[in-house]
Amino acid sequence: MNSLSRHRLFWPFLTLALLLAANAIFNPGFWQLQWRDGHLYGNVIDILNRAAPLALVALGMTLVIATRGIDISVGAVVAIAAAVAALMIGGELVVKNGVQTQVSRFPMGLAIVAALAVAALCGLWNGLLVAKVGMQPIIATLILMVAGRGVAQLLTGGQIITVYYAPFFFLGNGFLLGLPFAVFIAAAVWGVLHLLMTRTALGLFIQSIGINPAAARVAGLHERLITVCVYVFCGFAAGVAGLVISSNVKSADGNNAGMLMELDAILAVTLGGTALTGGRFSLAGSVLGALIIQTLTSTIYSIGVPPEINMVVKAAVVFVVMLLQSAEFRAALRALVVRPAAGGAP
Amino acid sequence: MRRIDPRFVPLLGTIAVFALTAGYGSVAYTGFFSAQVFLNLLIDNAFLCIVGVGMTFVILSGGIDLSVGSVIALTTMVSAELVEHRHWSAAQAIPLVLAIGTAFGALMGWLIQRFRLQPFIVTLAGMFLARGLCYLISIDSISITDATYTAIAQARVPVPGTGASITVGAIVALSTLAVGIWLAQVTEFGRTVYAIGGNEASAVLMGLPVPRTTVLVYTFSGFCSALAGVVFTFYMLSGYGLHAVGMELDAIAAVVIGGTLLTGGTGYVLGSVIGVFVFGTIKTIISFMGAEQSWTRIIVGLMLLLFIGVQRIIVFRSERRR
Repeated sequence: MNSLSRHRLFWPFLTLALLLAANAIFNPGFWQLQWRDGHLYGNVIDILNRAAPLALVALGMTLVIATRGIDISVGAVVAIAAAVAALMIGGELVVKNGVQTQVSRFPMGLAIVAALAVAALCGLWNGLLVAKVGMQPIIATLILMVAGRGVAQLLTGGQIITVYYAPFFFLGNGFLLGLPFAVFIAAAVWGVLHLLMTRTALGLFIQSIGINPAAARVAGLHERLITVCVYVFCGFAAGVAGLVISSNVKSADGNNAGMLMELDAILAVTLGGTALTGGRFSLAGSVLGALIIQTLTSTIYSIGVPPEINMVVKAAVVFVVMLLQSAEFRAALRALVVRPAAGGAP
Repeated sequence: MRRIDPRFVPLLGTIAVFALTAGYGSVAYTGFFSAQVFLNLLIDNAFLCIVGVGMTFVILSGGIDLSVGSVIALTTMVSAELVEHRHWSAAQAIPLVLAIGTAFGALMGWLIQRFRLQPFIVTLAGMFLARGLCYLISIDSISITDATYTAIAQARVPVPGTGASITVGAIVALSTLAVGIWLAQVTEFGRTVYAIGGNEASAVLMGLPVPRTTVLVYTFSGFCSALAGVVFTFYMLSGYGLHAVGMELDAIAAVVIGGTLLTGGTGYVLGSVIGVFVFGTIKTIISFMGAEQSWTRIIVGLMLLLFIGVQRIIVFRSERRR
């Protein structure tokens, strides 16, 4: 039991399990799954589907945080990627040979590649500012957070761009093997990343940069190159999330898409057990963190509490998690709890 | 020619940028160069000036406060609720909201100091909390019709010799600036803030009251946010949970453009207020141009880049000299 509770994924798992259990109590039909039109439907599936974009962003954020960095521009990058994709696809209803068909402005593949490339470029910009210019990560990404939102607004002309092109909707609304396609995207990105981090030395490199950048450089690591790559990946992941989100809502909103997403992503990473001081990280933990956040949101909706309370609950969660991560707090707590019971079982 | 003290270079740079942007506006657009346009800068950005003063102290001490925008929103919300729905008078409501903001800042400062938490995360959670609390009061905007509030909001104080006038909010902003400069340059508190930002460990070894000052810095920032919230309430005459979204970033941008180093220890309160004016001038020029306001964010972003880049060079050179 002790070794189990020491496992780094124990606490995120426990939190998620408790949340799910609470849901099952409040809502007896919570675990029900229905097979309709060849797809699975149900609360759990819904949570998985909605958590996918956040999980994607959180995966990128995990690596950035592992290198002692932070990327607060992901929300803006989500908006930019969504705007690029929506603009390039656009879509119109055209009557061809008497049949109504939807036509995209550019081929969809090209639009997706362009959106992801722009997102990766945003990441490259952040990475260069952090690794080459030597800015503090929060400040370097603050620039793109401020300016990027402006770029997204400019691209969409301050309006919501609606997409009329059915194939694009598959990304965020489609089903594969009965499960939402977005879940597969998130799972694929996680899978590739997991293999890269465990089968190659990359994971170790990223950890060592986070623990001590100077030592990593002295040990012969291409510290700057790896840092840049991590930011590029974070931008790319935010871009994928932007595509999924814009496909899901069939539009791109430069003003609000991805708003405050950076905070949710950071929260997901922290909940997953990755410390903000860098070093050891857990990709699976961050995915669990994203699921916790989404389950929390869904719970709040389903038990009929006004959704606005969500923010207070989230704030409370952040306070608790960061206090538990603080060595000083644990020491103070131990002094309170252990001293009266000194001599008892450890 | 005497060389300028290098400490003043960033501040002079900010003043030069302000002169350049304002000069450009005056040359390019008729009607731009008037006393009222410049006073409007102060009137329309009074709350940002006040927040900027508080933020300067936080950044000087090497921290950051992301909760300011939502504390403003909370202040407008609590004021509107008390005045409109509970029929409190302005004289009762304003001290209470100021106390709430101050207590909020003190709590965050205590958490940061006592448990060695990162200011970024603590104030981030504070930001969530304050916005959430707004929605607990009401989801919708509450407009204020109270006689005292509307009277103060509409009051104009003529500025002698210009024929122009300013609002009560602008006067509060100027007073805050004066108090801020006094706190930073004259008091022991100010000197300790600079010392903490320069090197916290040295400040502790010098026997300065570092823990107390750290808590006080966030307390002061909380107070400034609440005061800005009061001014914002006069400005908007409503309480709303979505007021001042993203203002923390505007404030940080203004402080950075004002020449304060984000690593702490160097900078001036006056610079931040001039940074706010630069911000406001860009907004005014863009509205004179009739271009989309989204350009403001892009230009402010670029300006941030420029200033941080210059800061890096200055820090780099001073490190090499050592």
